[in-house]
Amino acid sequence: MSDVMVSAEGVHKRFGQNEVLKGITLTVNRGEVMCLLGPSGSGKSTFLRCINHLEQINAGRLSVDGELVGYREANGKLYELHERDVARKRQQIGMVFQQFNLFPHMTAIENVMLAPVQVLGRRRDESRQRACQLLDRVGLADKYDAYPVALSGGQQQRVAIARALAMDPKLMLFDEPTSALDPELVGDVLDVMRDLARSGMTMVVVTHEIGFAREVADTVVFMDGGVVVEAGPPAEVLGAPKHERTRSFLSKVL
Amino acid sequence: MEENELTQPGPGRPDDIRAVPVRRPGRWIAAAIVLICSASVLRFIVTDPAIKWHIVGRYMFDSRILHGVIATLYLSVAAMALGIVLGVITAIMRLSPNPILKSFSWLYVFFFRGTPLLVQITFWYAITALFPNNIISIGIPFGPALFHPDANAIITVFVAALLGLGVNEGAYYAEIVRSGIISVPEGQSEAAASLGMGRIKIMRLIVLPQAMRVILPPTGNEFISMLKNSSLASTIAFAELYFEGSSIYSVNYDTIQLLIVESIWYLAMTSVLYVGQYYLERKFGQGFSRSQRATLRERWFSMGARTR
Ligand SMILES: Nc1ncnc2c1ncn2[C@@H]1O[C@H](COP(=O)(O)OP(=O)(O)OP(=O)(O)O)[C@@H](O)[C@H]1O
Ligand SMILES: [Mg+2]
Repeated sequence: MSDVMVSAEGVHKRFGQNEVLKGITLTVNRGEVMCLLGPSGSGKSTFLRCINHLEQINAGRLSVDGELVGYREANGKLYELHERDVARKRQQIGMVFQQFNLFPHMTAIENVMLAPVQVLGRRRDESRQRACQLLDRVGLADKYDAYPVALSGGQQQRVAIARALAMDPKLMLFDEPTSALDPELVGDVLDVMRDLARSGMTMVVVTHEIGFAREVADTVVFMDGGVVVEAGPPAEVLGAPKHERTRSFLSKVL
Repeated sequence: MEENELTQPGPGRPDDIRAVPVRRPGRWIAAAIVLICSASVLRFIVTDPAIKWHIVGRYMFDSRILHGVIATLYLSVAAMALGIVLGVITAIMRLSPNPILKSFSWLYVFFFRGTPLLVQITFWYAITALFPNNIISIGIPFGPALFHPDANAIITVFVAALLGLGVNEGAYYAEIVRSGIISVPEGQSEAAASLGMGRIKIMRLIVLPQAMRVILPPTGNEFISMLKNSSLASTIAFAELYFEGSSIYSVNYDTIQLLIVESIWYLAMTSVLYVGQYYLERKFGQGFSRSQRATLRERWFSMGARTR
């Protein structure tokens, strides 16, 4: 088994005439945490969404765990994947959104149980037990039966993380998971993510939390205008940025 | 803390203000006019010998009327069910990326919403006449026919009424479902997709249950319209409530009394719907508001309290 979890080579993405990703090349190794930084509109979310095929790339190669995203290659030709196969690959990639996107008509535990039962066909009681464990792990042991409206933003985001983990993903994608939170709630969510990183989960995190990136990331990638400006260990990119654009961005967010 | 200081009488806190309320004679006059008018109408209805309430009482549970009530109920429920199924399918087709499905559903809505219901019911009834020798051919279009059933046997008045009301309802209902579906934020579908759910599961487990909150109130409305519109089936001699009532008064001329009987039954049926709608709305509203779970009774009283 190769060590590479996500591999992007010259990934391009256009929306109409607007070229948002202009050749992204990067590698995320198994068990590694990569933090993506960059100004608004630089294409961070778009790249993240390409990884689980919520957006389709226009050029380049993007693969997760050795398999192309959205396509199948045979005899030197690319074949679009059937919707069913795309869904099957997404099962193994967890995603956490800026706006949480919990299902409001279900309680916390129902949110966490839903996909294991409906998608993986696991038994309800088994899934419920597992959901309890996951909610305990993210510090919500007393909120099993709460509907999302009755939870704070930080609690909702932690339920969302538990919901993604319930599918036993091999890769977790986070799109600014703390940007919609009040400052005093950010810490709880970051703690959960730090724990997760420590447990060996492969993670790609779009964030503006420089402190988190410095402490947890193995690689920090700075993106601007649809290209990777600078990538490397946090000490280099955050501590001694080589590029002027990185420096000016960091001086604004720090 | 601050609130407590304000609401608790303390040494430094002044007494509540006691001001003379503004006089509103207009309100009193309006209320008096309404009361006087309704009292005189009520007096007329209750005491006027021409109304002959004992006749109303006699027909209230007449077997023909009861038969009509049951026919109205099952026609309405069946047509509503057909309408809901057609509406959901049409709405989903309308939102699909396939241009053929999209235009087909658009045409369906355009056509059946744009022509009178009475015309449609009569059309379904008359359609038997279009087929020579009362034969319908079911098979591949322009190809060999597979079955030759007798059209009169298939298109009974019930089926004609059911199709007329149900297909028409489907066209209205499609728009209701569509507005419900597009009211669910796209992030919901994306979150479900990222968990590995396919399109049908996302629709069934995530989108439609949330759309229900938007769909239900107009559904109650549609159901009530359906109950009343089902009386149009009398024009093709389907024996529902209105038809039964009028065939009685066409003989004995107790027109007013029978119309009152019918109205009371229609009101009774719609009242049952109100209760059902309330509890369905409560079920599908779960998770959308912090305070909930009031019974119908509590809601009624709290409504009164708020308006006072
Ligand atoms: N579905 C879409 N259709 C058209 N344009 C889009 C779409 N999604 C994103 N874009 C455009 O792509 C560009 C990059 O967007 P993206 O959301 O990836 O930026 P970002 O780096 O995540 O920014 P932010 O920090 O504000 O979230 C923006 O100019 C945006 O307008
Ligand atoms: Mg973004």
